[in-house]
Amino acid sequence: MHGLVTSLATVDSSWIQFDWSNLFQNFWPATFDGMTFGAIYALVALGYTLVYGVLNLINFAHSEVFISGAYAVVFTLSALGFGPNPPHLSLIAIIGDLLLACIAAMIVSAIVALIVERVAYKPLRDRGAPRLAYLISAIGASFAIQYIFFNWRSSNAEPAVIMFNPKPIFDVFGTIIDSQQLTIVIAAIVMMVATDQFIRRTRLGRGIRAVAQDPDTATLMGVNKERIIMSTFVIGGILAGAGALFYVMKVPSGVIYNGGFILGIKAFTAAVLGGIGNIRGALLGGLLLGMIGNYGQYLLGDAQWTDVVSFIVLVLVLMVRPEGILGSNLAKVRA
Amino acid sequence: MGINPEGPPMGGAEAAQLDADELAETKGSRLDKLRGRWRALPRWQQWLVLSIVALVVFFLPVINPPIITTEPGTDFPLACFDMARFALVALGLNVVVGQAGLLDLGYIGFFAVGSYVAALWTSSDSTYVHIPFLWTLPLAMVVTVFFGVLLGIPTLRLRGDYLAIVTLGFGEIIRLLASIVPALRGNVGFQNVGAPPGTHDGKQIFDNSHGTPWYMMTVAIIIVVMLLLGNLERSRVGRAWVAIREDEDAAETMGVPTFKFKLWAFGTGAAIGGLSGAIFAGQVGFVNNQKFDVATSMLFLAAVVLGGSGNKFGAVIGGAIVSYIPNRFIEIANYKYLIFGVVLIVLMIFRPQGLLPARNHLLAAIGRIRQWTGTASGQPEAAAATDAGRITLRKEEDQ
Repeated sequence: MHGLVTSLATVDSSWIQFDWSNLFQNFWPATFDGMTFGAIYALVALGYTLVYGVLNLINFAHSEVFISGAYAVVFTLSALGFGPNPPHLSLIAIIGDLLLACIAAMIVSAIVALIVERVAYKPLRDRGAPRLAYLISAIGASFAIQYIFFNWRSSNAEPAVIMFNPKPIFDVFGTIIDSQQLTIVIAAIVMMVATDQFIRRTRLGRGIRAVAQDPDTATLMGVNKERIIMSTFVIGGILAGAGALFYVMKVPSGVIYNGGFILGIKAFTAAVLGGIGNIRGALLGGLLLGMIGNYGQYLLGDAQWTDVVSFIVLVLVLMVRPEGILGSNLAKVRA
Repeated sequence: MGINPEGPPMGGAEAAQLDADELAETKGSRLDKLRGRWRALPRWQQWLVLSIVALVVFFLPVINPPIITTEPGTDFPLACFDMARFALVALGLNVVVGQAGLLDLGYIGFFAVGSYVAALWTSSDSTYVHIPFLWTLPLAMVVTVFFGVLLGIPTLRLRGDYLAIVTLGFGEIIRLLASIVPALRGNVGFQNVGAPPGTHDGKQIFDNSHGTPWYMMTVAIIIVVMLLLGNLERSRVGRAWVAIREDEDAAETMGVPTFKFKLWAFGTGAAIGGLSGAIFAGQVGFVNNQKFDVATSMLFLAAVVLGGSGNKFGAVIGGAIVSYIPNRFIEIANYKYLIFGVVLIVLMIFRPQGLLPARNHLLAAIGRIRQWTGTASGQPEAAAATDAGRITLRKEEDQ
């Protein structure tokens, strides 16, 4: 009997292999590279967190908001003459072009986010639909947008757009940190801090917190709930657009119709890991998830293990601490 | 019992909902009227009609009706098998989405697990012990239930959104694992997946290129599964599912162990997904990592929602439609994901109940009891009349 069981299902090296020495040798590069990816996850995660805070719903179409921005980056940079080889331009010119692409991506992502809100959420809100209906219409919107890109741009990835050659900046623990990693992490942190301050200090931010806390009371207090919800989607879209620029910078040939899908799930994992509805949690969760995913990749040997490990992290977090590490929500953010 | 005709606070709400249900039916579209007439038929007549329909459906690929046929674009028996496959999948997903109100977006993951179980234990490329194909069907169900429970335990305690995104991830992760785990052979895949035994004139009956035997087997399985699910629906489990779907908090308060029954629903759905995956693997005869696109999960969901979530006949019809349309109208096949994505949004806005709405057995039963006890004062007359008619018929049947 025992023999039968083992021959029916033997879990041996053909199923999974751990390569610890590879992980220890590449620990610091994996850490820094992971933080770079983590910064991108964090920017996208903010979109999930903000919408979740206000509507108490996961916006399944947010991954498509992100990938629309990535398409906008590629189109803008291609139009500006960027291609598979790094351009011979002055630093100022490159920064100017990247800013232009960033703004284009933010506008496109914000518009897509707004369309999703108006088409897939607003009519249901007006009818007082059950929760399940929102989730189904959001997933419908997600696939519809994905396959608009599929039917428009074919199933192949867009040609690579290289923005600049990463230059080594400094050395930490014998690992070189390059200009690309530094740009992405610093820019992302700056944007996150700006968003955090925006939510804490501005009038619109106060409105968002009010609606997150109690939509009905907020309405009674003169907050225009519909406008707040739209603004939240737009802010999420803007941040996803910025994330899209950095994503194209990091993965130049990763713009494909379903490219947002896995990244969306990872960004959501980051949001849950840090504490969904919590802006600082999104940053922490993003950076942590980026690192964990990279460790998994070096330990298990294939780049796609990053996605599998991230997913396992999501399941484990939900099992052990579903409120996340920092575990509060948008409504509780103090002014 | 919680049903007190004297009118506790809950009674008003139930009556109101019942009114709304019946009103929607009398005032609703032609489809709804037809449904009302169908429901007024005595049970033996319903069975008679259903048997005839089942017989016609069973021999559909042999009849090959002229306008309905998908030829020359797609081989009609194979298209029929595809419809049956989708119908079985929709039937399973309907338990999760329609009955218990849980959103499972990674149903293709369970389907894939079932396919790989069939491949691992029957394919000539696998190094494992080979078992007869028909034995892999229950094995696939057991393995997928295991995966379902593994996913369900952490997520079903939380709000529905978490289950949705975790299952969405699961669908993609299974595909990734098929690519990167060496034992699952990635793109190379498994050739010569087994088939049920039997030969006719020296040729194998269950051949990859012939859809008809596979179709008939799947339809037979669908009928068995529908009968079993029908029993489950009318049992304590089914009532618990409806209670959870309608209001989880209220169900919990009334003493329904919601977590346990949600896990039941999720496990049952997963098992049917695995079953259909194993059948699919057998028919195609080849399994690799390219067959389990996560977008297909969305088609499955569209099938359930279009047919009418919570209604197993609706789910079967929805599944058949979603599979049939791209095969019949090849011109739009490339746009099917786009179209069904939009269909999901439109349905949610304009007809969330789908083509055949779910029957609210519980609420209808309460209405009937009110009728008997003569307390249904607030009901519209037309609805009351049909209800009374139904009861007299039932009485005659009983005698």
